[in-house]
Amino acid sequence: MSDLVIAVRALTRSYEMGAEVVQALRGLDLEIRRNEYVAIMGPSGSGKSTLMNMIGCLDTPSSGEYWLNGQEVSRMGDDALARVRNKEIGFVFQTFNLLPRATALHNVELPLVYAGTTARERRARGEEALARVGLADRMHHRPNELSGGQRQRVAIARALVNRPSILLADEPTGNLDSTTSDEIMRVFEQLHREGQTLVMVTHEPDIAAHAERVVVLRDGRVESDVLNQTKAA
Amino acid sequence: MPIWEAVTMALRTIRAQKLKSFFSLIGVLIGVMFLIAVVSIVQGMNVYMEDQFANRLIGLNVFQVRQRPNFTTGNVTRETWLSWRRRPRITYADADYIKARLKTPATIAMYCADRMALTYNGKTAKDIDLVGTEETYFQIKNLEIANGRAFSAQEVRAAQTVVVIGDLVAEKLFPGQDPVGKEVTIAGLPYRIVGVAAKQGTMFGLSMDKFAIMPYTAPARRYICPINILDDIQIQTAGPGDMVAAMAEVEAMMRIRRQLKPAQENNFYLQTAEGALEGWKRFSKILFMALPGLVAISLVVGGIVIMNIMLMAVSERTREIGIRKALGAKRRDILAQFVVESATLSVVGAIFGIGAGIGLAFAVRALSPLPAAVAPWSILVGVTLGIIVGVVAGVYPATRASRLDPIVALRAE
Repeated sequence: MSDLVIAVRALTRSYEMGAEVVQALRGLDLEIRRNEYVAIMGPSGSGKSTLMNMIGCLDTPSSGEYWLNGQEVSRMGDDALARVRNKEIGFVFQTFNLLPRATALHNVELPLVYAGTTARERRARGEEALARVGLADRMHHRPNELSGGQRQRVAIARALVNRPSILLADEPTGNLDSTTSDEIMRVFEQLHREGQTLVMVTHEPDIAAHAERVVVLRDGRVESDVLNQTKAA
Repeated sequence: MPIWEAVTMALRTIRAQKLKSFFSLIGVLIGVMFLIAVVSIVQGMNVYMEDQFANRLIGLNVFQVRQRPNFTTGNVTRETWLSWRRRPRITYADADYIKARLKTPATIAMYCADRMALTYNGKTAKDIDLVGTEETYFQIKNLEIANGRAFSAQEVRAAQTVVVIGDLVAEKLFPGQDPVGKEVTIAGLPYRIVGVAAKQGTMFGLSMDKFAIMPYTAPARRYICPINILDDIQIQTAGPGDMVAAMAEVEAMMRIRRQLKPAQENNFYLQTAEGALEGWKRFSKILFMALPGLVAISLVVGGIVIMNIMLMAVSERTREIGIRKALGAKRRDILAQFVVESATLSVVGAIFGIGAGIGLAFAVRALSPLPAAVAPWSILVGVTLGIIVGVVAGVYPATRASRLDPIVALRAE
């Protein structure tokens, strides 16, 4: 039980779209253990993004429970959710979502700003995180001075800087060519080897193939949940 | 998030968008500039009026017994003016009476003056203030003699044709020569120059050195005042307390001499420096009352501009807000960020306004004789107003920013 990072039970989420009520999640169950590398797949409308937002604590469920690291997130208020996002979750987005006017280092330091870390420690940890993704020499560049792959690596460094329980990647290679995608996948595999828990939403089977476990959603429920034979230890 | 982080963040944003920031803070800039400049100039004028104007024209702890005020504020009706002119004039006898009976220690000088021409060796200095007075006048006016000497009581009593001239007169009639000992012609008679007064400089751009001082008994007196008549009697005491006492005594004496009944008003006037300043004080009070209105209008406009800029910033930076929220920014972090940004913007505007105001004050100082002095309190008020305007203008946009749903915000383009 202690190595259970994510425990989702009977999770539902519905949206009101005008007069209609859309059921994005219909009683979803999912458990993810420490140091797992999970890919979440599914056709559009299957509830991938909604689940992603739930796991990332950007959204709260209509019913059901979500436990993250032993804390029941589904009952938390706004500020508590912000704290969880800050401490427990590292986001990597398809569109990188870096602040365009800030340097790579400043982007990476951002989560630490909201964690209340001192400026000196922020700098040290930011530099360390950037070095970890191989961007020690690009620290003072702005996003528009970096290639797509480099931008995504800055985003990964930012996601890791607060030592989160899970790294949550939403189509991390969606905006990258295949060479750069491979590069990012190698970074993920390296992080996985170092003990990081990774959850990745993707619709590309090639990318999902890098994960050791693949969860496929359909109509707001888990359709299949299989270990990737070639990757599983 | 500590406030300092928010300020640096705000400054970084302002620096990144210099032109836009400049336009957005121009309202606050103008408001604060007004404040600083007007306060500086009015205070400078206050200092000037008190130190220079009143004390130099009338003298420190000096009052004058006159027929009517010599500084009026312009709102004197024709009837009042005519009644003033009908009053009896001040006479030699009044002066003798006061000199004989005033108990408060005081220095007293009879005084009369008019514009006259002085000639020397074919050269003429026109429109010179020829003053007929006593030797005590030099002390009352605190007039230093740069060269030679003042005339003496003896010379006044003996109606000697001696004269002390102002610096400009000396320059005009005796360029490159020593005027002392030379004789100038006034109203057809030669007068021996015994002294030259130290340079007095200018006031309101007019030279204060165009004068010549002679004993009131000298023959030219008939050209400046009728015989036995004076413009005023000047009385100087040791301090302000003595001055009040002396004024009360003189008022009583004059009323007795003129046999005024208790119900009758004084038919003479005691002119003080304070009195001369009355009109100016009323004017500066009006300025100071109008100032908050002027400043408030520009600050309200400035605040509205800033609020609009901030609303624009929030919608432009929706995605940034989403990113920050995803990375752990709480509502109050976002709120603080935008309020501080707005306040910083406004304070930067205020600082530029202070700079512009000081610049304006110094320009006035350089181009006019007013010693425009920047009041430290006005700078403090400027910065405080900047903060207040910024915070007030920032609250609404910042609240909107803080309430954005992170999922929606992240999807914004």
